[in-house]
Amino acid sequence: MTTKTHHARLTPEQLEAFGREMDDLRQRILADLGEDDAAYIRDVVKRQQQLEVLGRALFYLPPAWPLAVAALSLSKIIENMEIGHNVMHGQYDWMGDPHLNSRIYDWDNVCPGEQWKYSHNYIHHTFTNILGKDRDIGYGILRMDEDQKWHPYYLGNPVYAFLLMVFFEWGVAMHDLEVENIVKGTRKLEENKALHAGIMRKVRRQALKDYVLFPALTGPFFPLTLAGNAAANLIRNVWAFNIIFCGHFPAGAETFSTEECADGPDGTETRGHWYYRQVLGSANISGGPLFHVLSGNLSHQIEHHLFPDLPARRYPMIATEVQEICERYGIAYTTGPLRKQLASVARKICRLALPDRRTSPAAEAVAQEPLAA
Amino acid sequence: MTVLSTIARSRTVAALTSPHGVDHYLSRVNPMWAAHDVRGRVVAVHRETETAGAPVATLTVQPTATWRGHRAGQYVQVGLDLPGSARRMTRCFSISSAASGAGEEFTLTIRSHAEGQVSKYLVDAEPGQLLHLSQAQGDFTLPVSPATPGIDPLLFITGGSGITPAMSMVRTLLRDGYDGRAGRPVTFLHYARSPEDQIFAEELERIAADDNGVTVHLRHGDAVFNELELRRLVPGYRDIDTWACGPAGMLELVRAAYVDNPRLRLELFKPPTTSSGAAEGDLTFADTDRQVANSGASILEQAEEAGLTPVFGCRMGICFSCTARKTEGTVRNVLTGTESSLPDEDIQICVSAPVGDCVVDL
Repeated sequence: MTTKTHHARLTPEQLEAFGREMDDLRQRILADLGEDDAAYIRDVVKRQQQLEVLGRALFYLPPAWPLAVAALSLSKIIENMEIGHNVMHGQYDWMGDPHLNSRIYDWDNVCPGEQWKYSHNYIHHTFTNILGKDRDIGYGILRMDEDQKWHPYYLGNPVYAFLLMVFFEWGVAMHDLEVENIVKGTRKLEENKALHAGIMRKVRRQALKDYVLFPALTGPFFPLTLAGNAAANLIRNVWAFNIIFCGHFPAGAETFSTEECADGPDGTETRGHWYYRQVLGSANISGGPLFHVLSGNLSHQIEHHLFPDLPARRYPMIATEVQEICERYGIAYTTGPLRKQLASVARKICRLALPDRRTSPAAEAVAQEPLAA
Repeated sequence: MTVLSTIARSRTVAALTSPHGVDHYLSRVNPMWAAHDVRGRVVAVHRETETAGAPVATLTVQPTATWRGHRAGQYVQVGLDLPGSARRMTRCFSISSAASGAGEEFTLTIRSHAEGQVSKYLVDAEPGQLLHLSQAQGDFTLPVSPATPGIDPLLFITGGSGITPAMSMVRTLLRDGYDGRAGRPVTFLHYARSPEDQIFAEELERIAADDNGVTVHLRHGDAVFNELELRRLVPGYRDIDTWACGPAGMLELVRAAYVDNPRLRLELFKPPTTSSGAAEGDLTFADTDRQVANSGASILEQAEEAGLTPVFGCRMGICFSCTARKTEGTVRNVLTGTESSLPDEDIQICVSAPVGDCVVDL
């Protein structure tokens, strides 16, 4: 098994200075939050609602079915990515508007917001890319890192990935049940009872809406509308899966061991190292403004992981500065166009299906790493 | 109307309009349409006093049909979107009008405070101003139905703008046919800075003059509450159901006079406490009724020290798992150093430390 020796090594003093610069940047944005941010998210909500109404209405015109699916898919993508994910991160809690409050909002997804906030906001964002702690590494299903021990089960890696993509919202909903830990025997089935009830409640509500009520409202077009709603959910699943997998798994995004993340006193992690890990554990996707909105600005995964509770529209605005700071400290800032990042993730999924041959991944990592200062 | 609102509140409509909810769509058409939320429109503003720096005004509010009415003495949370600010401010105000029914108008009587952005804006509000409301809240109320008053005498002791909930109770009694013949004397003892600062002056004069069994004592200027005077005005006051509302100093004196008598009900108008320094004052956990001396550590750490087990996640201010409501006092964000004294504010307890006295719902 390879140990990660390719992180740019920073001295404690450098880490502290790096952390301070990030804290200062965060401070500057916090102090500047205001009407523009509020107007932006309200505008996004308005446009998403227009798209949804348009999509739902077009199902009354069977020839416009593809258009209806397109509008509804876009609406669902924007709602999950730019509204749901970001609002539930608490990015707009400062506005004091209950509609955009992380404690109240529950997205258009079969995964209950309450459970997602625990596994995502807390587990994933706190322990980002720490093997054994961040359950988003492979979601308990896939082998996404060399340091995950190989097992014949992983021969199915590409198949599992494909299925996870198609059923992504269901995968996200099941995520908290930690099925892999139940199989391993480290988690008891009873622990899932309450979670299970919450998931079923949400599933019933979502299914009632997309597969019963809206189709029924279109009367004779029931089957067409049902198929259209299923198609929109599928398209949203595929899109979300791809954006999210490009955020942490392309070549260049690194994983950490628990020991590496205990650089502070009493075995805790320093704030500087936490920031450092967020940058190295994430990867950006380059693209235009519309692409950024459709990705919920998760195309700026690095900035999002540095400042998960700042309004996402701020990420593109600070990206240049973050990159400049990282370069000064010799910290790799991974970014690339969607096609390149997707290919890289796909290669990784296939390569890790097989047992390790020598230490070839290290060579690839060295090629990715910019010159360390 | 009822059919429509039943439909609007149904689970079917909730599913169809998720995730934003039916109220979000209704308010896009008309802000006064609602299925669950309560909003209100200011329909009239009346100046009560012109006290320099702290004028008082009464706002008449027409709530949405979702308003369930209020019992005399209750308060309501008022959320206000100030022009030029993206942050909605929410404050509590006592209702000054007689008990209202569902969907009925009510009034708020508000004193403008120099540092109170919401009260300052509302006192000068224009008719038409939209308010985001809660349902009426609070137990500082008359225990019996005002329409069938009991036979026990009642006593109200109020100071300054603390007159509002008591005024609501007296107005309710008089409106609902109370006329003193039931042998239930009502005494209203109120302290104001000066005759010019007297809220509801004309109405109180009228109530005092009418033959209604209500006795009004107004004290102006330097007069402060004292037990001797109360004993002279209302002999045997400790056996009388009493409602006291006003500034903290006055309430302390009233409390001392009644010792621990359960007949005394208090409503405190909280002044914002702002003190600096790292570890002063007391931290109170309201839900569990515990108090600790502020050690200067984060509220989460102090709660755990006190044996509580609040929900937490990252412990570094990113995941919002530990969010709790601070009802009183000032906290400092340990990451940013910014202090906040807003009442009824949701804070992340893992990165908030108390500055002076502080009360958190934990």
